[in-house]
Amino acid sequence: MSMQAEMPLLVVEHLTMRFGGLVAIDDLSFAAHRGEITALIGPNGAGKTTVFNCITGFYKPTVGRIALAHDATTTQTDLDRLTNSGDRWRKADGRGLYLLERMPDYEITAKAKVARTFQNIRLFTGMTVLENLIVAQHNALMRASGWTVLGLVGARRFKEAERAAVERATFWLDLIGLTLRADDPAGDLPYGDQRRLEIARAMCTGPRLLCLDEPAAGLNPKESLELNTLLRAIRDDHDTAILLIEHDMSVVMEISDHVVVLEHGAKISDGTPSHIKNDPAVIAAYLGVDEDEEEAAEAEIEGLQSGLDHGGAR
Amino acid sequence: MQSSAASASASRKLDIGPAPADSPGVGAAAMDAAKSALLVIGLATPIVLIETKQSGAGVALEWRFGLVAVLAAIAALARFIHLTVVGPRVRAMPASNMAGRFSPGTVTWIKRFALVFVLLYPFIALALAGKGGAIKWIDNFGIQLLIYVMLGWGLNIVVGLAGLLDLGYVAFYAVGAYSSALLAKTVGLSFWLCLPLAGIFAALWGILLGFPVLRLRGDYLAIVTLAFGEIIRLVLINWVDFTGGYAGISGIPRPTFFGLPFTAGDDGFAAFFGVSFTPLHRLIFLFYLILALALLTNYVTIKLRRLPIGRAWEALREDEIACRSLGIDTVMTKLTAFAMGAMFGGFAGAFFAARQGFISPESFIFMESAVILAIVVLGGMGSQLGVAIAAVVMIGGTELLRELDWLKDIFGPGFDPTKYRMLLFGLAMVVMMVWKPRGLISTREPSIALHERKAISGALVKEGHG
Repeated sequence: MSMQAEMPLLVVEHLTMRFGGLVAIDDLSFAAHRGEITALIGPNGAGKTTVFNCITGFYKPTVGRIALAHDATTTQTDLDRLTNSGDRWRKADGRGLYLLERMPDYEITAKAKVARTFQNIRLFTGMTVLENLIVAQHNALMRASGWTVLGLVGARRFKEAERAAVERATFWLDLIGLTLRADDPAGDLPYGDQRRLEIARAMCTGPRLLCLDEPAAGLNPKESLELNTLLRAIRDDHDTAILLIEHDMSVVMEISDHVVVLEHGAKISDGTPSHIKNDPAVIAAYLGVDEDEEEAAEAEIEGLQSGLDHGGAR
Repeated sequence: MQSSAASASASRKLDIGPAPADSPGVGAAAMDAAKSALLVIGLATPIVLIETKQSGAGVALEWRFGLVAVLAAIAALARFIHLTVVGPRVRAMPASNMAGRFSPGTVTWIKRFALVFVLLYPFIALALAGKGGAIKWIDNFGIQLLIYVMLGWGLNIVVGLAGLLDLGYVAFYAVGAYSSALLAKTVGLSFWLCLPLAGIFAALWGILLGFPVLRLRGDYLAIVTLAFGEIIRLVLINWVDFTGGYAGISGIPRPTFFGLPFTAGDDGFAAFFGVSFTPLHRLIFLFYLILALALLTNYVTIKLRRLPIGRAWEALREDEIACRSLGIDTVMTKLTAFAMGAMFGGFAGAFFAARQGFISPESFIFMESAVILAIVVLGGMGSQLGVAIAAVVMIGGTELLRELDWLKDIFGPGFDPTKYRMLLFGLAMVVMMVWKPRGLISTREPSIALHERKAISGALVKEGHG
């Protein structure tokens, strides 16, 4: 790491998570870079969502360091100094450096600027689409409302901040094509729209890292394509890197710049999509092979990886 | 759709025996009614049939076959009417009709009319009932009702908006009442200083309660808040030196009209304005005071709902985990909800102490918490208008029972209609559960809109998990 001139956005080192006797993640290290879409893939039960929950503070990891550096000029020395100081985060000259494993979940979003979505959508179903996006901007609005005092007396500062918040919400509504449904309850939206709204809501927190837990689950091929476009737009236009868990290989191979493969809580491969696609360990563990190539592949895999089971064609 | 499905399933649950759910014939209904009668006889036999009466040194048993027969007949008749007349009609009503019977415009007019009526209420009471009769109408119906409306609105912040089930709300009412009474009596502060201080003390206790219960949800939260209410009451009973124990605190100074006491003396309100003294002056003043306090509660709640803190409360009710993923400090959000709700409870308590001139732990029993919670739930959690209507119906209804003296001519002089208060309360709840399981006004008004404000169906709004 110290060899590298530039520190990646997210550096996960020796992450281990045990639930009693069960080792969900076993000494996992990987990095997610600025301006990239990093995919975290693996068979069911590989520990992907647990990694997410550790990064976003919903779980406290048993062992490991999860560092997030907003600025590329942050060095390993900065990171070591922060780690030894016992502080949770340090922000000097606009260069924020955060140790996520030490921070409570809401601070990770509020300060370290990491936003997430959930495998089973968690929208505020009884609130309108617009309200969902306004709630996501809570911290900025709270400051503008002078922790409610200024807001109660109807201060101009708050009104302007609220207008800006609505503008930001409208921008995202336009992007996901839900402007006309802004005043409908979020629970009334079709499934695909709810998925996109959850991503837009996470983006309204102004994240540097967006963690998406199976964003394409349950989407039809057309919606899947739209999702790819949306995720690329987020990566290219918003200074937001994406870390995503996905089972839909058409999404993963199409849009990711970098793929990390997990099995049984440990990393089995790490690289570009084409590298992953040709890695025998991954093929064996996860991707499977086409039916007509099955026999040849099996023979090849048996030769290479005698210990691993065949994952089955997907 | 949801509400009609719920009510249909509820009415199906009430069926005893294999009678079909959809409009049975008269014969089937009669059979069903007979079964209901049998059920009542079975239930009433151990409870109602035998009465023990003191006779001389011993106890004599009296058999009440007649009463059991009457109860069974009432049950059979009610069941029969329900199956043949009421049930089919309720089922025939379209669901959408039940949800949105009033258009938003009508609701606005109802609110305006209610406000004007309440503002003129003391004078309407005076005009209709005369000086002697108006006391009861302004005091028992006006002031008493408004206290409950205010308490309902205060608890609505905690239960309706933030979705935190609080069964010990009366504790804050008690803290407000006792702190203002003690400050007035021992330190000698005027009512106008005691009022804000009582609110602050209650809010502090709200935060104090909030801290330990932050990690709890749902049933567990309800039980701890219930215990908190009891702790406060028991402390008030047992800390005799400070609170007077069961005897309570009496002789609490009455509120003055900005320094002018409501007395017959030369420096009193009547003498200052050159009108003849009557106790009605004080009552009318108290009426407008509690009206102003209740409207303040309402105004602040409406304002807060449109501020980030209010939206965070509602988001917390919808999904706490999603809130945390959006960077909302749920600890602070819960604490502010507890503090806000408690503060308005404290204001109401201070007013209560000043109005009564005497307070004791008797006024702050669990039953009060239950009644206030029932008002919020029956009104429709989160709906200001619904809570106000529920308070008027529940408290006004039970007050009206005192007016039913003519029933004594029918049931004999020993009949006291107020004894049936809780029975009617329970009946009202069961009817509401069947008819409108989400409360009188179950729709939610969005706090902000891009194009047009549309009411959100109660089926989508979550109740919160504590």
